[in-house]
Order: sequence, then structure tokens, then C-alpha cells
Amino acid sequence: MNITGAQALIKALEQQGTEVIFGYPGGAILPVYDPIIDSSIRHILVRHEQGAGHMAEGYAQATGRPGVAMVTSGPGATNIVTPISNAYMDSIPLVVITGQVPTAAIGTDAFQECDITGITMGITKHNWLIKDAKDIPDVIAEAFYVATTGRPGPVLVDVPKDVTQSMVDWHDCPSPAELNLPGYHPLLEGDPEAVAAAARMLAEAERPVLYVGGGVLKARAIEALAELVRLSGAPVVTTLMARGALPDSHPQNLGMPGMHGNYTAVTAMQRADLLFSLGARFDDRVTGRLDAFAPNAAIVHVDIDPAEIGKVRAANIGIVGDARHVIEALSTASATLPRTDLSAWWKTLDGWRAQFPMTYEPAAEGAVLKPQAIIERLNALSPKDAIVVAGVGQHQMWAAQHWDYEYPYTWINSGGAGTMGFAIPAAIGAKVGHPGRTVWAIDGDGCFQMTAQELVTARSEGIPIKVAILNNSYLGMVRQWQEMFYEERYSEVYLSQDLPNYVMWAEAMGCVGIRVDRAEDVDAAIERANSINDRPVVIDFRTDATEKVFPMVAAGASNDDIMVHPTQQVGA
Amino acid sequence: MPEPFSGTTTHSPITHHILSVLVENKAGVLARVAGLFSRRSFNIFSLAVAPADAHERFSRITIVVDAESAPLEQVVGQLNKLINVVEIRDLGSNEALERELLLATVHVPHQERDHLLESVADAGASVVDISDDAITVTLSGTPTALNAFEAMVAQGYPQCEIQRTGRVALPRLNNSATTA
Repeated sequence: MNITGAQALIKALEQQGTEVIFGYPGGAILPVYDPIIDSSIRHILVRHEQGAGHMAEGYAQATGRPGVAMVTSGPGATNIVTPISNAYMDSIPLVVITGQVPTAAIGTDAFQECDITGITMGITKHNWLIKDAKDIPDVIAEAFYVATTGRPGPVLVDVPKDVTQSMVDWHDCPSPAELNLPGYHPLLEGDPEAVAAAARMLAEAERPVLYVGGGVLKARAIEALAELVRLSGAPVVTTLMARGALPDSHPQNLGMPGMHGNYTAVTAMQRADLLFSLGARFDDRVTGRLDAFAPNAAIVHVDIDPAEIGKVRAANIGIVGDARHVIEALSTASATLPRTDLSAWWKTLDGWRAQFPMTYEPAAEGAVLKPQAIIERLNALSPKDAIVVAGVGQHQMWAAQHWDYEYPYTWINSGGAGTMGFAIPAAIGAKVGHPGRTVWAIDGDGCFQMTAQELVTARSEGIPIKVAILNNSYLGMVRQWQEMFYEERYSEVYLSQDLPNYVMWAEAMGCVGIRVDRAEDVDAAIERANSINDRPVVIDFRTDATEKVFPMVAAGASNDDIMVHPTQQVGA
Repeated sequence: MPEPFSGTTTHSPITHHILSVLVENKAGVLARVAGLFSRRSFNIFSLAVAPADAHERFSRITIVVDAESAPLEQVVGQLNKLINVVEIRDLGSNEALERELLLATVHVPHQERDHLLESVADAGASVVDISDDAITVTLSGTPTALNAFEAMVAQGYPQCEIQRTGRVALPRLNNSATTA
């Protein structure tokens, strides 16, 4: 069957199970936009290519399926570099298709030419430049396979215009077993001897901590984790990327560790004699000053990426494998082992939990809103399976701290890259993946202004997300650092109390806009937003600009020097 | 022959490790490898690359790594993640058979040539080009032998241009009979 390269590309995407493409057309990708008209794939026309990338990421994080984005060459391609970098840092399966100038023009500084495979070499798992249309089915199959297996991540396929315009004899995409990838063999099963030894260490430890990272969610290992948690009786910390991997209400869940983790989670890791890491990577935001991190802990490190083991902290036992397979094997190996009595450890932990719960000072009557209170009310008034998507900054940390995550895949944020503006497009992507679920973007006023135009996309495509702006008129996290570490010299962090007018802006984009200044209006606004399902809703919550995120471990400080909330400090 | 050159310049082998990396012979693969070293702050001391099979499906990249710039396991682990990297062999200096090629153009007056030619012959090098006031010689051998020859040439004849290829290496055979 003779078809165009463009038709072959769309057909290959269909064969890989693509249900939606987030994209933006342009010169070099133009041929591919023609067969989209006839395809079963839904195309969502974004308003900026960065939005396409983050939508695809939100879709992938919410559904577990790869997100697909398509843009043109040159600036179209460079505009999606930030989402690619974000996906690389957070191991999100993302397939990006970029148009490219015709092969004969490559290297001539042609109109809208840029070397996108060169630019993204360091932030993709792999990328391809297709030079012959007959390679399209194979490359697309390879791209999906590489993006979704092993440690997931972004891939990019660059397709010159003459390739999509040429005629080709179609052949079906090869199956994974038929792919020609001699250098790519992700391991699933952990080494049985290492698993047995790790299970013994876990059974014998007196102060173990299960350090659960985003890899557990990526591996769909929730049930396996719950079983290992039950068998081990050990306390669990869930990192920023793993919120929801174990319900927050689970008695063994200590919550989030790290720079803004709670006291018990942070200190449990510091005092542990065994850190049992599952799909986590000892990120600097978790370890604090590395040479002071968990000084007495032996390390078991389970990761699908061999290069992670020993990268930051030497492991006593490293296990390379898929988290679900390895955790199941660990449970099997643990089931028959006698277990050390952990009651003394739990007594210590429970003492910390009682003394240092996550806290904030409620607003005095009539005073400006506390951002943490908004999160609590959003949580209380929204369905339990609502999906929360955050941008980056104070609001992100409060959303991670003060929302109770009871289900996996209900918390989506930009962890490793810290990409401001992530929330709105990622929430749109999540809602496309789960149209029946409530999706709240919890955003800051700084982040909102970076990508708000995608609400036009949301309205015109019928994707009714809800946005809660915690609006303190500041770049709040930077302000917090300037207050604490730069002697209150506030440099370039004040945005404006008056600009923009968020209600008018929301309404101009076809959304419902609501402004809330007073505590007594919070619930009504949230309930109204939750009742609207025919268009997006934006609530502009005016919050206290002086509020800071606590606890906090200062950058470069030891986790032992965690600053708890001022009301909990000694002498308070 | 002069003492083996052991010291102060970039040719010291002491902190170096040899990685023999089999890669798919595809466009951009060298950039992927070199870019990985650069962005992870690993230092490359030398690098040689050429097709490794008759069909040119694979290439072998021999990388001499500055092992002090990063733990070797980290270098190998990150390299292995490149999709086009098929196999990595870490060759300790005792298990590696190493060879390198050197070209040197030495500017030397006609009447002073004999001494140079003698040294060239002693080192097992050979003359490949000649003019009124210069000679180009070549030597292939172990990096140690090349170091010694280079030192001799550079010290005796400051007016010279020297180009080395960087080393290539393969593992020694079991029960190896080679001595170099």
C-alpha cells in the first residue's frame, strides 16, 4: 500500500495506541496535519508549544500511558524543550514529534531550521532524525518502546518535510520483540540473591525506613508496596514524586521527606539504621547536606536504572529491576523471616508525630487568607479521587503537605526540573486522560502568568479543569528565601496586587472567574467551582504574602538542622 | 633509548582507565558519547573511533577516561544508558593491549639529520616524508613507547609538530603471549 510519509506517521501513532496528540502546526510539520483530519486520534490545538508538552506530561502522569506532542521545526521545537527537560527529570514517558526542514536544507540555516536532535540529546532517553519514510513505522515503534520501558522518559522524533511528503510502501510497526535495539535491554527482575539479602536486612533492622519514590508509581507497584509495608511493619516516607503511593491515612506512612518534608519523615531518615529505597534517587532536595544525611543508615537501593545505584550515596545492596517485580520478590522473601520488634522505633516516631505535626497558624478573624487553609478546604470539598496538579513554588509545597493523598496518581507536579507554569497545561492533560474526574490545578500567581493562555485551549476543547490561584502577589518561594537568607532584601519578587485582573482574564478566556478575599467566602467559591462542569473555573484566592513554608531544611544544610514551624520551636 | 616518559604532562597513564565501547554505527553517536561526558563532568583523555565490523554496523570507540573526574561505575552506568551503546568493556591497564600511532614533523637542518635518523631507527619509527629542512616520521606502538619517543623528539628538536591518534585497545587474549 503506497501512502505518504505523513500518513505513515499518523498510522504508526495509531498503531502505538495514541488516542490524543497535543500539538501546534507550522510549516515543516504541515504535511502531517493533513492526515490528522482523517485519523481516529484526537488532536488538541494548544496556544503555545510548551503547553503541548506539559499537557502530554500531565496526561502521562495521570494515566500511565505515553503522552504524545507534535510541533513544527525551529521555534516550535525549541518551545517544547522545557517540557522535554521536565519529563527527563521526572521520568515521564513522552513522545515528541517535531517537523524539520527538508533533508536537503538541513545544515544550511534554512527558515525555521534548528538542530533539535542536538539540542535535546542530553534531555531525552533517545532521539531520532528520520531520513527515509520507509523507516517511519520502525522508528515510531522504537520511540514508544524506549519511552515507556525501563526508566520511562522523553523521546523525540524529528521528521523532515520531504520525508513526510514522499510516498512509501506501508508496513506495520514491528512488535517490541522485533525491534532492532541491540543496546537496549531494560532489566525487570532483581537479582534473587540480592533480594534475599535485602529482605534479611529489612527483617533485622531496628530502625528501618522504606524510602518510596516516584519509581513505585511508574512501575504500577501500589499493591505490591502495600503488601511489603504490611509484612515489614516498617515506617514509610513518600517523596514529592510518590505522594499517594501509600495512602496518607495509612498508620505507617510518615509523609513527605525532604527540604519541606515533615519533621518525623525527615528525622526518621536521619536516625534510621536502614534506608530501604524503592524507586527513589537520593535527590539533593531529600538528602540535604549529603555528608550529614542518614549517617548511621545502611542503604538498600532498588532502581530500574543501574546508573542511579551508588550515584549519590553508596549502597550496601543495589538491586536493579522494576519496582513492582522487585517489591513482590521482596515480599515473598520476607514472608517467612522472623522480624525484629520495631515497637521502640515506633514509640520514638509516634512521639515525634505528636510533637511536630504539620501545622500553620490559622488566620485571625477577618485577616487575610492562609494558603494552607485553602488547600485544606479544597481537599475537604472535592471528591476523594480528585487529581491535584501543582506548579512550582510555595503553593506546590503546601499542596504536597496539606492535601491528604489517599489514592495513587492523584498528585501531579514538576519535581526534578521545578518548571514554573506546569500546572495549567498538565492539569488539562490529566483531565483529557480522566475526563470523568475532578482536576484541580493549584497554582501560584507567578506560575499562572506563565501558561494561563492554555485555558483558552481548555475552554475551546471542552476540558473543564479548575484552577485555584494562591495569589500572594509575590514570587513567594523566592520571597521566602530573601526574607530568611538575604536579610529581607526583596529583589524583583513583587508582582502586583492589581495586575492582572484574574477574574476578567479568566472570563476573557471563556472561563468562570471568581475572586475570594474573605474566609467566609472560601467554601462557597470551591463548591461553586466543583459544580461547574461545562467550562474551566479560575478562583483567585488572595492569600497572606508573609506566610512561609515550614518545615524547612535550608539549602546545603543538614537535615538535622530542620527548621520546624515557629510555633513548634523550642521556647515557643 | 631514553627513560620511559612518566610524568608531568597530559600523557601520564596513572589515573586513566580504558573503556572499549561498541556502538551502533549511526549518525550522531559520537556526539551522544562526547556530550554525555561533557554534561556529566567526566573527562576524556583520548578518544579513537572507527568501524568495528566489515558491514560497518558497529563502531568501536576507545575512550581513555580520567578516572579521577568521576567514579568509573558512574561513567559506565551513564554510558550504558545511551541506546546506541551496545557493549562496554572496562580494560584495566594490565588486561588491555594498547596501541597508538604518532606522526611527527621535525624541522632539522640537512647537516644535522643523521642523529635524528639514528634515533628514529632506534625507536622503530620510520620516515614517511622528507624535504630539504624537515622530516616526517611515524611510529606506532604502545602509548609508553610513544611517550618516550615524543619526549625525545620534543626535547631534542623544539621545532617540531607532533600528532597522536589517541589509543585503541582490545582485551588481551587468555594465556597471552604478548609482552607489550
